Amino acid sequence: MSILIDRNSRVMTQGITGKTGQFHTRSSRAYANGRACFVAGVHPSRAGENFDGIPIFGSVADAKARSGATVSVIYVPPAGAAAAIWEAVEADLALVICITEGIPVRDMIRVRERMRQEKRRTRLVGPNCPGVITPDELKIGIMPGHIHKKGRVGVVSRSGTLTYEAVGQLSELGIGQSSAVGIGGDPVNGLKHVDVMQLFNADPETDAVVMIGEIGGSDEEDAARWVKAHMRKPVVGFIAGVTAPPGKRMGHAGAIISGGKGTAQEKLAVMEDCGITVTRNPAEMGKTLKRVLR
Amino acid sequence: MKIHEYQGKELFRKYGVATPRGIACFSLDEALAAAKALGGAVWVVKAQIHAGGRGKGGGVKVAKSLAEVRKRAAEILGMRLVTHQTGPEGQIVRRLLVEEGADIATELYVGMVVDRGTQRVALMASSEGGMDIEEVAASHPEKIHTVYIDSLRGLSDEAADAIARKIGLPDSALPQARTLLQGLYRCFDETDASLVEINPLILTGDGRVVALDAKLNFDDNALYRHPEIVAMRDLDEEDPLEIEASKYDLSYISLDGEIGCMVNGAGLAMATMDTIKLFGGAPANFLDVGGGATTEKVTAAFKIMLSNPKVKAILVNIFGGIMKCDTIAEGVVAAARETHLAVPLVVRMKGTNEDIGRQILKDSGLPIISADNMAEAARKVVAALHKAARGKISKKRSAPDNKAAAKNKRAPAKRGEAPAKKRARLTQPKKRTAAKNKPAPRRRPAAKKANKAKKK
Repeated sequence: MSILIDRNSRVMTQGITGKTGQFHTRSSRAYANGRACFVAGVHPSRAGENFDGIPIFGSVADAKARSGATVSVIYVPPAGAAAAIWEAVEADLALVICITEGIPVRDMIRVRERMRQEKRRTRLVGPNCPGVITPDELKIGIMPGHIHKKGRVGVVSRSGTLTYEAVGQLSELGIGQSSAVGIGGDPVNGLKHVDVMQLFNADPETDAVVMIGEIGGSDEEDAARWVKAHMRKPVVGFIAGVTAPPGKRMGHAGAIISGGKGTAQEKLAVMEDCGITVTRNPAEMGKTLKRVLR
Repeated sequence: MKIHEYQGKELFRKYGVATPRGIACFSLDEALAAAKALGGAVWVVKAQIHAGGRGKGGGVKVAKSLAEVRKRAAEILGMRLVTHQTGPEGQIVRRLLVEEGADIATELYVGMVVDRGTQRVALMASSEGGMDIEEVAASHPEKIHTVYIDSLRGLSDEAADAIARKIGLPDSALPQARTLLQGLYRCFDETDASLVEINPLILTGDGRVVALDAKLNFDDNALYRHPEIVAMRDLDEEDPLEIEASKYDLSYISLDGEIGCMVNGAGLAMATMDTIKLFGGAPANFLDVGGGATTEKVTAAFKIMLSNPKVKAILVNIFGGIMKCDTIAEGVVAAARETHLAVPLVVRMKGTNEDIGRQILKDSGLPIISADNMAEAARKVVAALHKAARGKISKKRSAPDNKAAAKNKRAPAKRGEAPAKKRARLTQPKKRTAAKNKPAPRRRPAAKKANKAKKK
């Protein structure tokens, strides 16, 4: 097992005709079982065509009905990305992974409000995230597949390259991953740390979790409190941004210390208090995990 | 993106949010003409800078005659206004807002922000206006009332009235308050704002509800659909380096330290800054080069980092991932050459073709220090920084004193030596030569000592 995706997932790409969509669909398809898993593409005016042999459909609903795909990955440019998410939610897909960076917050607020009010069950990962990977089975997103190694440690993070850094450290120490999930750096997104933590807790093939956060918001604190109350597996944590000054947005739309809230120190303190083994040195995320496994 | 108070008030008026009458001015004559045009007997002269806390810093003054308007305007225009948000260097005042005076009976607070927890816009209001709202939130959290707005329905009449009552507005003012709060939410929503604040919102002596201040920030990701807001951008209020960086799609923020860092990815960039701090250094900037670290982008990034005079060393940390390290290495070498790099450079690259990348750095003949991981990179850049600083100090002194030099490693803020000379030294093709030349003045006394010891 693993969480969210595995070799049996069937995936469609929304935005398959764009440069990014093409590049990453190709690279994901070349990884492990990708060839069997990527079964459809979506483009409103290019139905009937194909990309590298992957059939293109005019809508998500059509792609789902005719290819059997229940997972979507979105590379649609920012202006149309929220609409693409909603189309996938309306088609009742099980999982939508939105890679697109730079979606206006207002658009995401509306999509999330509708999802809540209509009690939609589609899980959303992202936007502005690297995607999800289950090593040696399936990679959906923009992460480099080769740094991963199959194993039993879950990874969840708000950032892209910092997740790769953590995964790289684990793999170098011979510690494989069950799944690695990038939940994205935007203030309004889908799955939060706490949601992914619940999935890892329930997954019999995950023994421990690395949780990587950054300044801004209180998602890490929420996850930490849940860990304290329910988690049966060791959790290791790191928060980026100890050196970030308040009021300055650090790249990610969500990475900002505002109103004195969301500092790295505060998050680290809550995490420690909740029994999470934290490291303040990002070069030691792997080693720290190794220590708690012993 | 931020805008000025007077621009915010113009927006407010479009959405039915009542404000005092006022005119933006760029000179004393304009200020005087504005006061005459507004009429009345009392005016307020307000500095227009993007930072808050203007009143406390002396940037907001009341004038009771035209002569006083001129005097106050003269004091404020061109002043270096220091507030808790500007930092100690302050901000030059280039624009003024001259407004009619207001008869303040009660000062209230209203603000809107995106709340991550509920994923809604939060409307916050308080009876404690005119003060630092963060202090109120800390000392009297019960005095801040919050409503989370359903974006599909907007702010309902009931919710608007309820919050107006909670902050102590009389029933007679409720219709006005409702118009104002609903207008404010429409303004927030339609302009893609990320923050709107009125502090203070006032109830006047004659029972009117008026926005005495206007603070608005906008979601940068949505600016593409608001040319009218982009037109309000005031580049004088922004860090020129951050503006330059945005041209190359680089995310850059100036900080106070001495080590420039160039990293791909925001999270990794922050983590790199943290590691530098952990090893006793201080980052000079946050710089995310994003996914495609092309030669052009890397060169631009180097130029931007180096135009900060505080930068005494550079750390490059790239997790290549799908990008190839050889491409990155070529970019770094080209950038170092083009910028005639004269400060120590430590490079850590990870990902595809790592070894080829490292070989390219080595073969370049540039004095680039390679590192295998983040911790090593941070340690090496801090060491290189201290070494460079010590080298300089001992050069200045006639009798080199290593202990003092080590103590004073932070001292050489002003460089006495000719930069051209140093540049020539570091851009010499052989790494070894550079290494030999650099610490020479420092090593000699140590070597002498060692010799003496031997003789004994």
